Amino acid sequence: MERPDSAVPRPDADPAGRIVLTSSDISRALRRIAHEIIEHNKGVQDLVVLGIPTRGEVLAQRIVTLLGEIEGADVPVGSLDVTMYRDDLRSQPTRAVGNTSIPEGGVDGHTVVLVDDVLYSGRTVRAALDALGDLGRPRAVRLAVLVDRGHRELPIRADHVGKNLPTARAERVSVRLSEHDGVEEVRIATPHEALHGDAEETS
Amino acid sequence: MKHLLSAADLSRDEAEQILATAAQMHDVQRREVKKLPVLRGRTVVNLFFEDSTRTRSSFEIAGKWLSADVINVSAKGSSVSKGESLRDTVMTVAAMGVDALVIRHHASGAPSQVTQWVDAAVVNAGDGTHEHPTQALLDAYTMRSKLGDLAGRRVGIIGDLTHSRVVRSNLILLRTLGAEVTLVAPPTLMPSGIADWAGAAGFSYSYDFDEVLPELDAAMMLRVQKERMTGGFFPTPREYTVGYGLTRERLRALPEHAVICHPGPMNRGLEITADAADEARSLILDQVSAGVAVRMSVLYHLLGGAEQA
Repeated sequence: MERPDSAVPRPDADPAGRIVLTSSDISRALRRIAHEIIEHNKGVQDLVVLGIPTRGEVLAQRIVTLLGEIEGADVPVGSLDVTMYRDDLRSQPTRAVGNTSIPEGGVDGHTVVLVDDVLYSGRTVRAALDALGDLGRPRAVRLAVLVDRGHRELPIRADHVGKNLPTARAERVSVRLSEHDGVEEVRIATPHEALHGDAEETS
Repeated sequence: MKHLLSAADLSRDEAEQILATAAQMHDVQRREVKKLPVLRGRTVVNLFFEDSTRTRSSFEIAGKWLSADVINVSAKGSSVSKGESLRDTVMTVAAMGVDALVIRHHASGAPSQVTQWVDAAVVNAGDGTHEHPTQALLDAYTMRSKLGDLAGRRVGIIGDLTHSRVVRSNLILLRTLGAEVTLVAPPTLMPSGIADWAGAAGFSYSYDFDEVLPELDAAMMLRVQKERMTGGFFPTPREYTVGYGLTRERLRALPEHAVICHPGPMNRGLEITADAADEARSLILDQVSAGVAVRMSVLYHLLGGAEQA
């Protein structure tokens, strides 16, 4: 599934642009986010971590592993597909629906941490909040993203950010994670580089 | 995909995508709030010229759970009973600005004809003895939920093949998904020219249920359609059951892992005994439940995105 907020590259294309986060930068950012979540939540009780497919799922899983390592407790993790809650469904060809799996205890009364790779317009997060509303009533919802590239179109901000990355609208940000892409990096490409490198899908 | 008229409209990728989406839709059925905003502001009309309970209500629930406005029009009690033609009925409904027409009609090819008259998406909900593609999708979905990938699996479709619209759609879709299909029926209920047809379409057929039975991964029993029978297709119901019914004895001969399907409504005691229908590996109620999920998926794929040129 291609989402405007994540700017997903074609896996077979040549990488374009420059690396802004390396593998170790990503690990460090996620570890910091995990510590921030624990600090804010004063532990991991009543916490549920939900990743937004596809790379948000991977990041959520990694954050939960880190939370387990730090606190020695299992934190429920799941995924929340937002395809059917998007406000641009009618303007695009039908999208494939991703996976939604909610941990057994549900989300009622829990603090839900939504995890995504890139925060851009904010529309994916809005859709995620709507989807979450159909699943139950969390006590609080927090947002963790690996990269915040700005250009919000809705009054939404992240609580935990791996890296603030000021970008021009025309630039492309691509997050590649080893589980999906075989490499671990975040790149930013100018329109020219994007055109001659990996043609990404953004809006 | 603008319409769904036949199982042959679906490539393997499209069929896989519909079934994958249906799995996600099935999860929605288990939620407290069974509602997705996907078709908000869209109108779906169920136009049923033949009686139906499960298909019509299944499409109705599917549309409503996707937030569409759903209207049911049946021949009885509508202007059809006053002699209005199919074309006029359809065009009248379409003129009200509907986005999709779900049509069941006693004439084979009626939904296909309707696409010539209206801009709305058309879903074939059963036309004569021709096709019933959403039934085939839900059958495949249900079988996959128990058997996994259907590629290489052996599926037997047993019973009144001549009068069944389910068999054609199932045969096409199961072949698309890579399953091996064997049709089983008495000679009088086997479609004419089956020998030529079978060779070209890559499936087998048999008049001997007991011979086929031990090799099946799934036995799909078809209803004996008494209402469509004008001649004597078999001497007595008892004789049909002895030759082609899923009886207690045949249940024992069916491999343990094999599943039992029936598109319903069932003639208990004729093509299937109560023992078989209520067996743990009978998926008959799962099929009904899957029907809503599969129809949600079909409506989503037809109406959920921008119209494709």
